[in-house]
Amino acid sequence: MALSNSYETPAPGFNFDNAARNAALEGLFDGGQTPKPLKTGTTIAGVVFKDGVVLGADTRATSSEVVADKMCAKIHFISPNIYCCGAGTAADTEKTTDLLSSNLTIFSLNSGRNPRVVMAVNILQDMLYRYHGQIGANLILGGVDCTGNHLYTVGPYGSVNKVPYLSMGSGDLAALGILEDGFKPDLELEPAKELVRAAIHAGIMSDLGSGSNIDICVITKQGVDYIRPYQESQYKHNRTMKYKYGPGTTPVLTEKVVPLKLEVVQETVQQMETA
Amino acid sequence: MEKLCTDPRTRGVSTGTTILAAIFDGGVVIGSDSRASIGGEYVSSKTINKVIQVHDRIFCCMAGSLADAQAVIKAAKFHLSFHSVQMESPPLVIAAASVLKDLCYKNKEELQAGFLTAGWDKKNGPQVYVVSLGGMLISQQVTIGGSGSTFIYGYVDAKYKPNMTKEECLQFATNALALAMGRDNVSGGVAHLVVITEKGVEHVVVPGDKLPRFHDE
Repeated sequence: MALSNSYETPAPGFNFDNAARNAALEGLFDGGQTPKPLKTGTTIAGVVFKDGVVLGADTRATSSEVVADKMCAKIHFISPNIYCCGAGTAADTEKTTDLLSSNLTIFSLNSGRNPRVVMAVNILQDMLYRYHGQIGANLILGGVDCTGNHLYTVGPYGSVNKVPYLSMGSGDLAALGILEDGFKPDLELEPAKELVRAAIHAGIMSDLGSGSNIDICVITKQGVDYIRPYQESQYKHNRTMKYKYGPGTTPVLTEKVVPLKLEVVQETVQQMETA
Repeated sequence: MEKLCTDPRTRGVSTGTTILAAIFDGGVVIGSDSRASIGGEYVSSKTINKVIQVHDRIFCCMAGSLADAQAVIKAAKFHLSFHSVQMESPPLVIAAASVLKDLCYKNKEELQAGFLTAGWDKKNGPQVYVVSLGGMLISQQVTIGGSGSTFIYGYVDAKYKPNMTKEECLQFATNALALAMGRDNVSGGVAHLVVITEKGVEHVVVPGDKLPRFHDE
């Protein structure tokens, strides 16, 4: 049975290719710790409720084992009635949603209409399919338009699925458990927000790549309520001292001044027109 | 029809599927399961729609990479619609199948998608066409496809009769899908069936718990 993390069926027998590489790597670190594999993480979720769509996301951005950003925004604006959560490569999700937002704004200005969610999905699908999975963007698109409340998922290869609830990212399985258990069609606003919050919370607790605060975005016919943060992390740490270093912290041992000899090679004068 | 989508090299979401189409007296039944999987291990969707309407009386079932199949069907819908406007009449079922075949054959290196096309047109009545992975196009009375199809070749060969009634054909199709879903790990969910006749189109959805059970279940 093929493993989910390899695209070729494994050959029978033992394969010792990586042993030589590991030995060489260990030599480089001189007995210290070898680097851990890179893990980008996120938990994002969305639920369609009676009057609209609720989107939720955690706010942790990781770079290897360090949290690079404790308050990053993963719910992106697409249009006044459509928002998009992005998982995967942060740069890809950022730029893809930006591009989509620009295109839809031009469309709105030209046609005088609010864009439909299905149009946003089609544009995304066309673009991601054209790049054959090179753009690592797993997106949850949610919005309200004249045809109703919609929630779509778009995968990095360009596959699209329309669903009433879903979660994505490294914490998706944890969140999906909560959603599968608690989802009912036509939820009211508060239970829907609570369901999404609980789903993201499960992702934060069970996945190392997700953490910090929970952002919630509620989209209804009346408008958008982007609550950032909806719930703050219980593990906040306040800085105990200042990290600024005043002049004189680092002692100057020696000082050497070398004047640079410059020659004028070419001089051009351009008259400025001031009329 | 050769086995599709047990190939672990399918990039991204695979439809790893069971699809079938059969002609009865006066129409055609086309149906599929509703499971989409990744890597043969994770069910990414329990309710994916694999039976897509490409024109008023023409439906297609997709198998293979979900992204590739959706992209091809999108292009096919556009071509068919344009063709239909130019001809000022509804397209023939073979036209739909040819559009799909063209796209699959010309891009066979990059694509991993196969289709069943079924429909009704005024000229030739009910028809079923198969477009395989590499772009082969053939017409058949009854056909099955997808990874789950291997488990029901015997059932289909034994139980299919030409000129069945609509009810008999629907029962045959439901049984076949249920048997395949019972044995194939990447097929499952609900059974989506569409009945196409001269009069119109009828959707039948059989949820998982209402599927027919067999002796060992």
